[in-house]
Amino acid sequence: MLAYTLRRLSFIPIVFFALTLMIFAMQMMLTPTQRMLTYVPGPDALKGGAAQVAALIEKYGLNDPAHVQYGRWIGNILQGNLGWSETARMPVAEALVSLFPATLELVIFAFVPGILGAIWLGSRAGVHLNKPIDHGIRLFTVLGWSFPVFVFGLLVLMVFYGSFGWFPPGRLSQWALVEVGGDGFRRWTGLNTADAVLNGNLPIFLDALRHLVLPVVTLSYVNLASMTRVMRTSMLESLRQDYVRTARAKGLSERVVQSRHAQRNALLPVVTVAGMEVAAMLGGVVITETIFDYHGIGQFAANAAANLDFPAVLGFALYFALVLVILNLIVDLLYPLLDPRVRLA
Amino acid sequence: MRIVAYLLRNPLSLLGILVLIGFVAVAALAPVIAPPEPYQTSPYEIPRSGFRATPQPPSARALLGTTEGQFDIFYGLVWGTRTAFKIGLGVVLISTLIGGVVGAVSAFYGGMVDEVLMRVVDVFLAVPFLIAAMVLTTLLGKGIGPMTIALTAFGWMNYARVIRSEILRVKELDYVKAARSYGTRDIRLLLRHILPNAFFPVLVLATMMTGSMVLTASALSFLGVGVEPGYADWGQLISYSRNWIVGRGDSPFRYWYTLAFPGAAIFLFVLSWSLLGDALRDILDPRLRT
Repeated sequence: MLAYTLRRLSFIPIVFFALTLMIFAMQMMLTPTQRMLTYVPGPDALKGGAAQVAALIEKYGLNDPAHVQYGRWIGNILQGNLGWSETARMPVAEALVSLFPATLELVIFAFVPGILGAIWLGSRAGVHLNKPIDHGIRLFTVLGWSFPVFVFGLLVLMVFYGSFGWFPPGRLSQWALVEVGGDGFRRWTGLNTADAVLNGNLPIFLDALRHLVLPVVTLSYVNLASMTRVMRTSMLESLRQDYVRTARAKGLSERVVQSRHAQRNALLPVVTVAGMEVAAMLGGVVITETIFDYHGIGQFAANAAANLDFPAVLGFALYFALVLVILNLIVDLLYPLLDPRVRLA
Repeated sequence: MRIVAYLLRNPLSLLGILVLIGFVAVAALAPVIAPPEPYQTSPYEIPRSGFRATPQPPSARALLGTTEGQFDIFYGLVWGTRTAFKIGLGVVLISTLIGGVVGAVSAFYGGMVDEVLMRVVDVFLAVPFLIAAMVLTTLLGKGIGPMTIALTAFGWMNYARVIRSEILRVKELDYVKAARSYGTRDIRLLLRHILPNAFFPVLVLATMMTGSMVLTASALSFLGVGVEPGYADWGQLISYSRNWIVGRGDSPFRYWYTLAFPGAAIFLFVLSWSLLGDALRDILDPRLRT
């Protein structure tokens, strides 16, 4: 177990190195002037026009050989300097840090029901292979896969906000924003719902939930569809194994056989996929947050991309690389808990 | 032939094929269905009837209404079909070629070459597709070309994996050994004897991916990093509908046509490809046959 963990931990720097190399390669497609923007700490540094730009390019060595530039760039990043974002009007790193809790909150709320739902639906479909229930679930997964998430989001916004007025866009209502910004409300985590609970403020909690409903539904449905698909296939395979037949032969009830023997073993591929799904979900926030005007990292990135704010886009990519590495590690460490074979190997 | 018969007998894949034929017809007949105006510099430019901000409902002049800025939705949908085919098939074709070369080299030479190439594949696979494509398109600039490059750059890996594993499987079969014992050269062995047998799994993957590439491309256009403004593209039309989702108080669905028609086009296009791909996969995978 220890050896396994250590081996996995040793991969982290390698993966992170590969990802930064990829981002750096993309960055090198820009002109030195554009790249310079990812180094400058703020707009004041650019005062002085063309001469200053040339001086900055010289200062940051943007015409040096690529490997020299890579080293300098990494050093710069490790000090937390990702450049200045023109669209957010603040340093990129600061924007990412301040917007992270909002996106985290959204992803947590979307992921938990998503994976539980997928496990449940997938096992139902697998158990009732080729029965109406299975056909219904399969139809849902195909439709979910094909329905563009941005059309779905706009559609629910049209119906549940435009027509019924139930779930407004944004993160909080105007009155709640005032209250949260005031002195009486302490920010512990930056997650609205968690902070509301910690402050014992029920109205804010309900308001935050009301704003989360539509983005959460939009963000989770595509992932629900694809994870259900994986769970179904895996359940089918698992139901065909010898130990399932043995369990039935022992006279165990069908319910126990399905939940204890088949489903548990079917979970493994889902966990593998789940890590990728969280990553995909973090990608999905770009669209979801844009539609629902939810102030998180996704909206920040989409806005930056549409306005060609290169430092912000590249900073976002880097932040993403970091999250990916952490996610992979979590999945790797979950594996031996679920599968003893990995532990012993 | 058996495959075609199966595809036509299965109601879902038949539906997919029929819808797809419809799209092909629309794309092929685009100049007849929605003839470009003489003043247009390119047929992919959606003609505008004025510059008013408010979308106009369907009428005799604009069959499916207009978006904000008076872009004709019908025209955009018809020519957008060509855009969708161009992007979908273009990306899948180039990805298959790149993935094919990488997979073949990896499987054929094995050892260190294989190890390095597969780790590169792993890194590319770890990156969420939409994000990677968005970042690269932002850096490359707008248009179909940059979008195709970006989608290909992060879409070739699965082909490499499939082709590699197929070659590894086929390589050990008797007829390949026989061909090798005749002294067939490597390249000929690969092209004539091995790759044709790896064709089917790649076809399944390519079919499934065509729709999803178009989906991602339209998401890029929706986010405003895809095609140039006014270019006939389904995602673009939807991005024009964004400000008109919530109608006025008395009629909330007032501008429904700005979202419904382009949304339906993307949905049907992607759905038909994935129905077809699903059916092909079921044929391939005997485990799922009951």
